[in-house]
Amino acid sequence: MKTRSISFSRIFMGIVLVVMYLPIVLLVIYSFNESKISSVWGGFSIKWYQQLFRDKEMFKALWNSIILGVSSSVCAAVIGTLGAFGMTKIKCKANGVMEYLSTLPIMIPEIILAMVFLAFFSLLGLPFGMTTLILGHTAFCIPYCFMLVKARLVGMDASLAEAARDLGASEWQVFRDITLPLIAPAIASGMVLSFAMSFDDVIISLFVTGVNVNTLPIRVYTQIKTGVTPEINALCSLMLLATLILVALSTWLGKEKQ
Amino acid sequence: MKQAKASKKYWATLLPLYLFTILFVGAPLLYMVVLSFLQRAESWGVTSQFTLQNYIQILQPVYLSTFADSLKLALISTTIIVFIGYPFGYFMAKLSPKGKQRMMLALMVPFWTNSLIRLYGWIIIFRANGTLDQLLMGLHITDSPLKLLYTYPAVVVGMVYALLQFMIFAVYSSAEKMDWSLVEAARDLGASPAKAFFTVTLKLTLPGLLSGIILTFIPSMGLFFIADILGGNKVVLVGSLIQDQLVKAHNTPFAAALAVVLMIMTTLMIALYRKISGVRDLEGLL
Amino acid sequence: MGKKILQLEQISKSFGDTKVLDQISLEIEQGEFITLLGASGCGKTTTLRIIAGLEHPDNGRVLLNGRDVTLFPPEKRTVNTVFQNYALFPHMTVGENIAYGLKLKKFSKEQIQKKVAEMLELVQLEGYQNRMPGELSGGQRQRVAIARAVAVEPQVLLLDEPLGALDLQLRRQMQFELKRLQKQLGITFIYITHDQEEALNMSDRIAVMRKGQFEQIGTPNEIYETPKTSYVAHFVGEANILRGTVAEAGENILLHTPAGSFSAHCYEVAAEQGKTACVAVRSEQVSFQPAEQSLTGLSAVIREKTFAGGMLRIVLELTDGQTLVASRHGIDLPAQVGQQMTVFWEPSQAIVVEDSEEELP
Repeated sequence: MKTRSISFSRIFMGIVLVVMYLPIVLLVIYSFNESKISSVWGGFSIKWYQQLFRDKEMFKALWNSIILGVSSSVCAAVIGTLGAFGMTKIKCKANGVMEYLSTLPIMIPEIILAMVFLAFFSLLGLPFGMTTLILGHTAFCIPYCFMLVKARLVGMDASLAEAARDLGASEWQVFRDITLPLIAPAIASGMVLSFAMSFDDVIISLFVTGVNVNTLPIRVYTQIKTGVTPEINALCSLMLLATLILVALSTWLGKEKQ
Repeated sequence: MKQAKASKKYWATLLPLYLFTILFVGAPLLYMVVLSFLQRAESWGVTSQFTLQNYIQILQPVYLSTFADSLKLALISTTIIVFIGYPFGYFMAKLSPKGKQRMMLALMVPFWTNSLIRLYGWIIIFRANGTLDQLLMGLHITDSPLKLLYTYPAVVVGMVYALLQFMIFAVYSSAEKMDWSLVEAARDLGASPAKAFFTVTLKLTLPGLLSGIILTFIPSMGLFFIADILGGNKVVLVGSLIQDQLVKAHNTPFAAALAVVLMIMTTLMIALYRKISGVRDLEGLL
Repeated sequence: MGKKILQLEQISKSFGDTKVLDQISLEIEQGEFITLLGASGCGKTTTLRIIAGLEHPDNGRVLLNGRDVTLFPPEKRTVNTVFQNYALFPHMTVGENIAYGLKLKKFSKEQIQKKVAEMLELVQLEGYQNRMPGELSGGQRQRVAIARAVAVEPQVLLLDEPLGALDLQLRRQMQFELKRLQKQLGITFIYITHDQEEALNMSDRIAVMRKGQFEQIGTPNEIYETPKTSYVAHFVGEANILRGTVAEAGENILLHTPAGSFSAHCYEVAAEQGKTACVAVRSEQVSFQPAEQSLTGLSAVIREKTFAGGMLRIVLELTDGQTLVASRHGIDLPAQVGQQMTVFWEPSQAIVVEDSEEELP
């Protein structure tokens, strides 16, 4: 009885995982397809990779995405961490409203935020481009950093800070020596999550970017919409490889810590 | 006295969050509401004329049906996600610690993979004479290509695929925290496995399930690019409508009104979730 | 005696509407081991936090070496605390934990190294320098917490129920060790506990606290032998509390109760003729014999006999409904539950105390 139910759950999870990985695996396989028509296998080839590496626009988009992801996750980490820290120190009524408002960007459909930013940035007369992209992305990255750091701070033993002060630490030294090291893992995972979300974002980027600034997802999106070339397959495979390395790295780092 | 002074210097730490949130979340949302009550100018931009016209326009059958279609799609996708994601999260919580870790890793790779990439994979599968057609014809289940790409089912598959993990993580985080001895206690007291599941397990994992529903239902109304890529222009979502009104029709006030309605719908859902589950933060969001 | 190291003057503290400390004053001498003893919620932890500077009093002054430090932040006081849950920094090794206070005081690397080694030796944890706090047992963490606080050479060490989380056997052992440490270092210890046995074993002086005030301050002997109030008598050593009307006043008094008359002795508290007086009698001093042997004393019925911790505990009910507990060494005695008894004691062992007018548990 028991073994049967276990094997059923195993089979169920197995099937879901296979379907989950199927499109990804196909993509990788077809990126080595000689033929331009992806439904026909024309033999093994790396020509799409060669073509990809000659595509300067693609590299520019990749570079933009990296800059955007790093800047917005750093901004979000600073603002979110300070905010979470301040909220545990100062109890005031505005905190509840502010917490709700600041986490709203990941609660509502992205399209709302996108349209709102588009309208608001043009009202302010901001030039659309990297600045507006960073502002928009920071807005939806803050909640991740804020919530993770706040959860960590709330769970922290208050007597640790008291013990440090008791031993002669000033408030600043307590923050530097005790609080910061203890919330560092939360800040780090907030930043990683922020970067991933920023790197993945299509909707908000589409609306708030300028004519000349492409991010990688925007470029992929327009290419998929206009006409598919296997070059995209190659790009996707490479990005997949990068993801795999990152996931492996973070698991490895997590294990090291333990 | 001294305490009050001591805490004052921490205001500086709150300032960036307060400022940013007011300037770049609060103000834009407020501006959206204001915009939605303004008249569209003749050719470009808006006039400062107050009007309810935008909201009345939403009541037109064309737009109402878009909302209805959007809700329907979200409902269908979410239902499918519940039936796949809930058991998955539940089974996962019952794995050994090592099994959990491995499964987490297995789920992480697609989760961290760019969503466009993952969707693009489905194009390969769905397109005429694509993988699926070849498979089905090869097995002699169908004779001719199904041409699934740019159809409604393709969009549903895309939605389910893009959002399934949110449900799995939400249910898993709820089920993982659950005290399984409660289920054993229910069985011990004479409940059948089904009865124990519905009276104990389901109730205790409800916050996760509800959270998963919100985390999948809300985005599925706005993820226009999925409808775009896999549905061609056959499936129009509220998200696509807002985008069209903004980018193609340049009717910002109407787009704002649509966004306001969508916003109200989602806020109500989150409020409802908090009321039912009694939890402030969404389970398994992070 | 030695010089005054710490003085509390008329300290009051309220949290919201609750008055936690009500004008308490206390003087502590250099090198003393003083225990604040009281049930939870009596204000002992708040007193400690005010001394440490983690809390500021609403009124009153804290003097350290004669200097007013009332509003000084914790880092400006030569007072250190061993926290109830140890509060070891989880991201630092044992060595780094101990070195933390020294680093802040800008000691040189060699000095720190030397001091850390010295401290580890003091608390018998040589070789544990590079362990993380998470890898230690409760007793070891306790020692690290003490070493960390002592390393910065405080004038006063505050210990907030430091043995609360340890099991009985380890607690006894640590009591002994703390006392040894205190003698060796010559530092003033202010120790908080709700365990009267701990207080009696370790302290030079005990301050019994109740409802934000000191009920009695004195040596363990004074507290145990001549309690001032019924609360102290009951809290320290679980004495029986009896009330009666004073028939004859003086140093030795005679009390009338509906259950009979008995004598008592006035040490600290005087009794007035015709008024109600409160008397404490320790259970081991209560004697009883079968009633038929016509002795002078109070008549009572045995209600309960229980054997616990090597002692026999007998609950006796007087004819007026008051109950008495008597304790005996041994496993059993011939008297049966329900049997009529005559209860008596040495008059010098019945101590007249102030009535705390409290339902005693």
